[in-house]
Amino acid sequence: MGRTTAIIIAAAAAVVILAGVLLFMLGRGTEKDINQMDAELSDMPLPPADGTSTAPVGTKPKSDSSLVVVSWGGAYTKSQIEAYHKPFEASTGQKINSVDYNGGIAEIKAQVEANNVTWDVVDMELADAQRACDEGLLEKIDAGNLPAAPDGTSAVQDFVANGITPCAVTSIVFSHIIAFDTTKFEAKIPSKLADFFDVKNFPGKRGMRKQSPKINLEMALRADGVPGDKVYETLGTKAGVDRALKKLDTIKNDVVWWETGAQPPQLLADGEVTMTTAYNGRIFDAQVVEGKPFKIIWDGQLQELDVLAIVKGTKKLEEAMQFISFATDTQRLADQAKWIAYGPARKSSLPLVGKHADKGVDMLPNMPNNPENSKNAIQIDFLWWADHQEELNQRWAAWLAK
Amino acid sequence: MSVHRGPGLAEQFKQSGKRARRGTFLLVLPLLVFLMATFILPIASMLNRSVEDPTIANILPRTAAALRSWDGKGRPPFSAYSALADDLSRADREGTIGKVATRMNFERAGMRSLMIKTAREAHTFEPPYAQAFNAIDLQWSEPELWGVLRHASASTTSGYYAAALDQMRKADGTWLPRAEEDRIYVTLFLRTLWVAGAVTAFCFALGYPLAFFISHLSERSRNLVLILVLLPFWTSLLVRTTAWIALLQTNGVINDTLAAFGGDTARLDLIHNMTGTLIAMTHILLPFMVLPTYSIMLAVPPALTRAAVSLGATPWTAFWRVYFPMTLPGAAAGALLVFILALGYYITPALVGGRTGQLISNMIEFHMKTSLNWGLAAALGGILLSGVLVLYVLYSRIVGLNQLRLG
Repeated sequence: MGRTTAIIIAAAAAVVILAGVLLFMLGRGTEKDINQMDAELSDMPLPPADGTSTAPVGTKPKSDSSLVVVSWGGAYTKSQIEAYHKPFEASTGQKINSVDYNGGIAEIKAQVEANNVTWDVVDMELADAQRACDEGLLEKIDAGNLPAAPDGTSAVQDFVANGITPCAVTSIVFSHIIAFDTTKFEAKIPSKLADFFDVKNFPGKRGMRKQSPKINLEMALRADGVPGDKVYETLGTKAGVDRALKKLDTIKNDVVWWETGAQPPQLLADGEVTMTTAYNGRIFDAQVVEGKPFKIIWDGQLQELDVLAIVKGTKKLEEAMQFISFATDTQRLADQAKWIAYGPARKSSLPLVGKHADKGVDMLPNMPNNPENSKNAIQIDFLWWADHQEELNQRWAAWLAK
Repeated sequence: MSVHRGPGLAEQFKQSGKRARRGTFLLVLPLLVFLMATFILPIASMLNRSVEDPTIANILPRTAAALRSWDGKGRPPFSAYSALADDLSRADREGTIGKVATRMNFERAGMRSLMIKTAREAHTFEPPYAQAFNAIDLQWSEPELWGVLRHASASTTSGYYAAALDQMRKADGTWLPRAEEDRIYVTLFLRTLWVAGAVTAFCFALGYPLAFFISHLSERSRNLVLILVLLPFWTSLLVRTTAWIALLQTNGVINDTLAAFGGDTARLDLIHNMTGTLIAMTHILLPFMVLPTYSIMLAVPPALTRAAVSLGATPWTAFWRVYFPMTLPGAAAGALLVFILALGYYITPALVGGRTGQLISNMIEFHMKTSLNWGLAAALGGILLSGVLVLYVLYSRIVGLNQLRLG
């Protein structure tokens, strides 16, 4: 075989690698598929009691006439289908196509920049929505279009703090909590955030979220004794970041790092870790639907908001806006809480929260914003993070790699 | 008899050869167009992003012009203040300020909210502008901040490459190493090289004997064993990687076996670290080593080693002096394939690498998908690409590409 052939083969190999990297970078990669697979396997929604099938997820829109609503999949999407999509379809006749993704704004950015918008409404984390809004990737939403609470309180008053931003309307309050496996602790039972960092008294590996310093730094500082209202002030200084990382150093070698929300309950169930940080809804699902012996420590929980937003340049702007006002009204948000333990973003929805649709468990005690649970909670400061994430991501990645 | 007068035979031959070449070129044309559109152009545009970023120059054009005349020393000219006030209030009106804010935040933390806050008030600014800016935030009184803005307002930038090499750019344009605790990329580049080298070595150590074994089997069993080598090759990369998770995890198959003999303390940390990355990558890349080596070994006439032995060589000498050099081109081709593939490996380290087994490609993915700092991702990718090309050229100089044999 000649020199030319060898060159062609080597070039082909380089082509394959680079094409692969590019494809993955564009978020169409296999990691996404496995995350999705992972999410779907771990919280495969139970078939509804009435025997109807759930709406198709992860499919492309069949025709131009359906509204494409993008969300996180699994039990969470199911709660939205039950509470928002089905009644919306019934009352307006507008078909909805539900699509799954893994968060982030890369796909929205790609669609808007290519002028080929196929998503209409997207369920996002508030911090992402804020950045996407700044970059002009989302449509502005007029808060005046949102329905008032049943008692007449205006929407702006009814939503939780920061619940309505220029481009997004909050649907749920979710929370980053500590969960542990009760069968692994007999003499001493962990009860507070600081116990997570105490491997001497509470032995075993810890699970923590890998991809960003957010959550980890706040938890470390709070466990180190920084009061909730001083967390971001402290993190704003180099000494504060050093302090948080020093606290994390104490458990660095005991941590198993996770990346998708479905992983922490799985790590607990497999015995890979005895305690982990997690999204409260995932742990609730494992506790109640799967009957796992897990317990949540609400002390020091970090609340975050999840919002609905409209992709800039959608052809169904009117329908999308109509969907968002419908989905975030008082009754719909309360209905969603029947399916998943994430708190409704309207204060007027809280009294309407009832029991779990399948298991009959009272939902209110499992909500992050139930007053009993949120005594020592703080809300993640998304504006602070928007300013500081670049520099802290770098510091975090360097810390992780060492 | 008249001789046929026309182009000579040689001429005709040349022309028909040209026609045939044109024909072949037409046949590969679709492939060339395909590669151009789906591969070369995207890569070129990505690489372009690593040096070109006209965001600031486009959205704040008057500021960019005013700052261009400033040498970056001392205070910025007064014209820059009024130009910026003007540009910012227009950007705020047109809704483009977010792009400026995001771009500036890549350069310096906190610039995002500073730019948005200032832009919101910019339409009320009156001369003297410097005071108006300082009234919004005292950071505007630092020449350093204006230096950052001056650099960002050039439409081409070396800033992304500086960041990709753990350097910082100062206001006067010189590079400065980042603080120790913020350095990451150089470490990761070196680690990526190290992992690729180690995986290549492991693949050679495991693959060469295997290829030798297969090539010496009878034809029947040879095909059977080859299928066993190819079977994992046909299985999805993800399935193989997840299978390793099941095998290697703390309560996985291997550790359960160890614990059965040595108790719970015998469990090893085999996954979510460098060990996991090395094991899984070696397994996944092994066929790329075995196949070319094996096909070369088949072509080595067995008579040669026999002749060496009959001339008095020990079996080891016969192997080492006669057989091994003849199979080297295959092993070298396999090694090159494994090494280059390993450099860009991404999913496997992401899944089994945990904290310490991450490679540079994982950072590229992070900047593409999460931080959306595409310029930095492109710069990292550009460095990786040129690294591969340099290695390839070195390889062709030292080993010679005509030494490579894939079969």
